[in-house]
Amino acid sequence: MAAALISVPKQAKRGDIIEIKALTSHIMETGYRRTAAGDLVPRDIITSFACRYNGREIFRADLFPAIAANPFFSFFTVANESGKFEFEWIGDNGYSNTASAAITIL
Amino acid sequence: MKVTRREAVRRLAASVIPLAFPAIARAQAAARVVVVGGGFGGVACARALKRLEPKLVVTLIEPTGIFTACPLSNEVIADLREIDAQQFGYDKIAAQGITVVPQAATKIDPHAHSVALADGGTLGYERLVLSPGIDFKLDALPGYDEAAFEKMPHAWQAGEQTLLLRKQLEAMDDGGTVAIAVPANPARCPPAPYERASLIAHYLKAKKPRSKVLILDAKDEIPQQRLFEDAWKTFYGDMIERVPLSQGGRVTSVEPKTKTIITEFGNYTPEIANVIPPQKAGRIAEIAGAADRTGWCPIDPVTFASKLVPDIHVIGDACLGGGIPKSASAANAQGKACAATIVDQLSGKTPETPKLRGICYDTVAPGYAFSLAGTYVPKDDIFVETGNGGSSAVDAPRETRAREAAEAQAWFKTITADSFG
Repeated sequence: MAAALISVPKQAKRGDIIEIKALTSHIMETGYRRTAAGDLVPRDIITSFACRYNGREIFRADLFPAIAANPFFSFFTVANESGKFEFEWIGDNGYSNTASAAITIL
Repeated sequence: MKVTRREAVRRLAASVIPLAFPAIARAQAAARVVVVGGGFGGVACARALKRLEPKLVVTLIEPTGIFTACPLSNEVIADLREIDAQQFGYDKIAAQGITVVPQAATKIDPHAHSVALADGGTLGYERLVLSPGIDFKLDALPGYDEAAFEKMPHAWQAGEQTLLLRKQLEAMDDGGTVAIAVPANPARCPPAPYERASLIAHYLKAKKPRSKVLILDAKDEIPQQRLFEDAWKTFYGDMIERVPLSQGGRVTSVEPKTKTIITEFGNYTPEIANVIPPQKAGRIAEIAGAADRTGWCPIDPVTFASKLVPDIHVIGDACLGGGIPKSASAANAQGKACAATIVDQLSGKTPETPKLRGICYDTVAPGYAFSLAGTYVPKDDIFVETGNGGSSAVDAPRETRAREAAEAQAWFKTITADSFG
């Protein structure tokens, strides 16, 4: 499932500090677990997350096996221009997911 | 033989106490045990104490006078049952020789071994049992306070709140949405929000069929998920919608004035907002110093003795039980086991390790229920489930569900007769 949930204020005043939230559904399989038969369950995690504000990267995170399923990021930025937030998740087995949200500066 | 640290401490205690307090054997006959809280746990404990050792002076402190049981109260909300079928008095308990004090306990002094009452009186004890049930962690849900209880009822302590939610349902126009905000664990009776959603859907299907039930959930996985989801599909089609944690279902704040529920990723303005807030041990546990930073009470699961205050035992929903669910049947089992421990300890014996049985029924429609049973034993600081329990089968035939629905009613009669009859 490629479901991502994004929360960005639709509008803000110039200079406002705004909260951005991003959640994506992912099992974040650690690669350390074994099946009942003793076989290792292969690792399947998201390895990086990034957020760009009008093309400029404002937040990046590397993810590791200790991060729980359905990673949820919350961070803040300063609203200085109308435009677009773009989000990107990259992970094992060619996993890639993107989302975007618009903001208008009043 | 390997002696664990706890075992060693217990043996030491068993050998030291009679020397340090030579009066203990004499005192035991007239020892005073005070139980705070007249719910399923407290009542089971008080009665078992008196039954096991009739010479004990047992006092039960409970301000309400009439107890309103939570199990089956979802049926009251859905107009399938009347509230008086949930209510029980303390006459039979008093008749057993237990002093029932219709007062609230306001303060506990563990050093002086005394409990202060709302009317200014005090009661001394050799052992104190706290069975205060739950309180709400209102600081964990911004916007939700006692004034909001009227607008956005929790109905998580049965009584007026149960009736209020039912009244709101009756008054709602067809086509409305009933939202149920579900907190993360630990919380009282984890499957109950889903039983509630089912029975509300049952009511709506008959009376207001264009309406919906929306579950905003701080959990991803729920107890007996397959059973609930299959039953919802069968009985209610798409009337029940559930937004789990990973879809942004966790409620982060509420605005009672506009009846708005705010989650991480959205705002909802349902016609009815049943907000079940995050929970903690009943307030008196905190006052006694028995609750830790989690809001719950850490105990030694063998004796139910508080890890934080001496000569106080904590049972029922208020204790940090680990794998044992916060349910009436677990509280009843804990109350009895705790009573046996106290009687043993007061007579200088080593308490036996308890093995607790718990069962919980979920009714999703009249005549259709399933159950989850478990046996729990102490392991380290908590209870863990051992074998011989289990959930109803996912593919059980309708007759089994009908039988379990009848069993749920019979279970309620049995446990309330055991407690109050």
